[in-house]
Amino acid sequence: MPDVDPAALDPAHLDRAISEIVRAEHGRVVATLIRRLGDIDLAEDAVSEALVTALEKWPTTGIPPNPGAWLTTTAGNKAIDRIRREGKRNAKHTEALMLIDDSPAPDPDEGPVADDRLRLVYTCCHPALALENRVALTLRLLGGLTVAEIARAFLVPETTMAQRITRSKAKIKAAHIPYRIPREQDLVARLGGVLAVLYLIFNEGYLATEGPGLRADLSTEAIRLTRQVATLVADPEVDGLLALMLLTEARHAARIRDGVLVTLDLQDRGLWDAGLIVEGHQLVRRCLAANRPGPFQLQAAINAVHTDALDASMTDWSQIVQLYDQLLALQPSPVVALNRAVAVAELDGPDVALAIVERLELDKYHPWHVTRAELLRRLDRDAEARSAYDAALALIDNEAEQAHLRRRRASLPA
Amino acid sequence: MTQYLLSVIHAEGLPHLSEDEVQESFTSVDAFNHELLASGRWVFAGGLQPPSSATVVDAAGADVLITDGPFSEAKEQLGGFWIVEAADLDEALDIAKAGSAACRNPVEVRPFQAEPDQA
Repeated sequence: MPDVDPAALDPAHLDRAISEIVRAEHGRVVATLIRRLGDIDLAEDAVSEALVTALEKWPTTGIPPNPGAWLTTTAGNKAIDRIRREGKRNAKHTEALMLIDDSPAPDPDEGPVADDRLRLVYTCCHPALALENRVALTLRLLGGLTVAEIARAFLVPETTMAQRITRSKAKIKAAHIPYRIPREQDLVARLGGVLAVLYLIFNEGYLATEGPGLRADLSTEAIRLTRQVATLVADPEVDGLLALMLLTEARHAARIRDGVLVTLDLQDRGLWDAGLIVEGHQLVRRCLAANRPGPFQLQAAINAVHTDALDASMTDWSQIVQLYDQLLALQPSPVVALNRAVAVAELDGPDVALAIVERLELDKYHPWHVTRAELLRRLDRDAEARSAYDAALALIDNEAEQAHLRRRRASLPA
Repeated sequence: MTQYLLSVIHAEGLPHLSEDEVQESFTSVDAFNHELLASGRWVFAGGLQPPSSATVVDAAGADVLITDGPFSEAKEQLGGFWIVEAADLDEALDIAKAGSAACRNPVEVRPFQAEPDQA
């Protein structure tokens, strides 16, 4: 990559270019520094100092050809300076580590650097940390989001989010949560926890239909991080999760019209992102070929069937029910059974589906009420449908979905 | 190496083990203890008498207060513990997993503060 001529870029453009680079490189740079320094806070501080220097220098010198390597070297020097300045007790030790382990310029394809990021993923998503803390740490350290950005995305005060991150880092230090790639027996077992964090970040962004724009950015961020993990761990479930995210994200533009949620059957399929769908379908085919089905792969396959249909009436419902049968066998949860019932309604009729739905104990879960309402409506049991819509409306605070349900309720025959 | 306190949590209201099951858990804890000793991770361990045998002494104020019973009214009480030495939390969690399976109770893993010269 040639040097970018700073004169060719207007300041706003340059700022954007720099912040994109910083976000893309953050995980890589921090991951390497944490290994070399053995201290997350020290690594983070050194990286922030390097970023400040970059923001000062790059507008005049241009963006260096390998910005990640530049940031890693600069941050490493900042850390050495700081250790010397503060004369820490273990300074000699750390400094020695830095010198011995002065890894060459990080190249995206280079093994040790990829390993550093993998260490970071598994440390941030360690099962000894609460799920919400894993999410916050992953976005902060691997994703390079600021504490303020993460706080805004999760609609919590910045001080709360700062505390959450500080406490997690303190626990990693005090309890000696290792910074290494898990042993063989833990690698796959803990992958599930990593993927759960990424999926939670994705949904947090996807399900948000209003409020600050950053919430939608979380989906983009989750896709970016999942792509990273996919390059680091060869497992069909990672591909499955990535495919699930891409096929869901592909429908984003069609999901809300004039502030009202549009259900899958009524979406304008011309608004779907064809590129994401193609990539998602390729990933689904690749996982199916591995023949090691898992929950994310099956959910991705279900989405692939939906996005394969030119319009809702052409959906292959029998294939969807079969996929749900497999998913239910792997993950026997009432929520999966509910989703399966929706497909059963299309295949065997609303009365069969309603019989399944009525057996599920999900009255705190609004989609259960919505599903009941829709099935009752199709069976012309309007009064019952109306109270089911009411029960659903009482449980949700998403405005687009409320608007959709109020409209559905109002369209019932009086 | 870090030392960890592995606390065995006895919770009220759990189903009582039969005489045979109690014997089995004694046997498996014994086997676990031997393995722990052999692995060099053992620092100290012990089982405790029931919480009702506890006495609280408080000399933090001007007067010394002596009270009958455990300090905490919690339904979960310390039943016994191991102190182990492990390379990191993952190793300590592995030990705790085996210990919990042997004694059939949940085990809480908590790191000790580092000795001043290790800080």
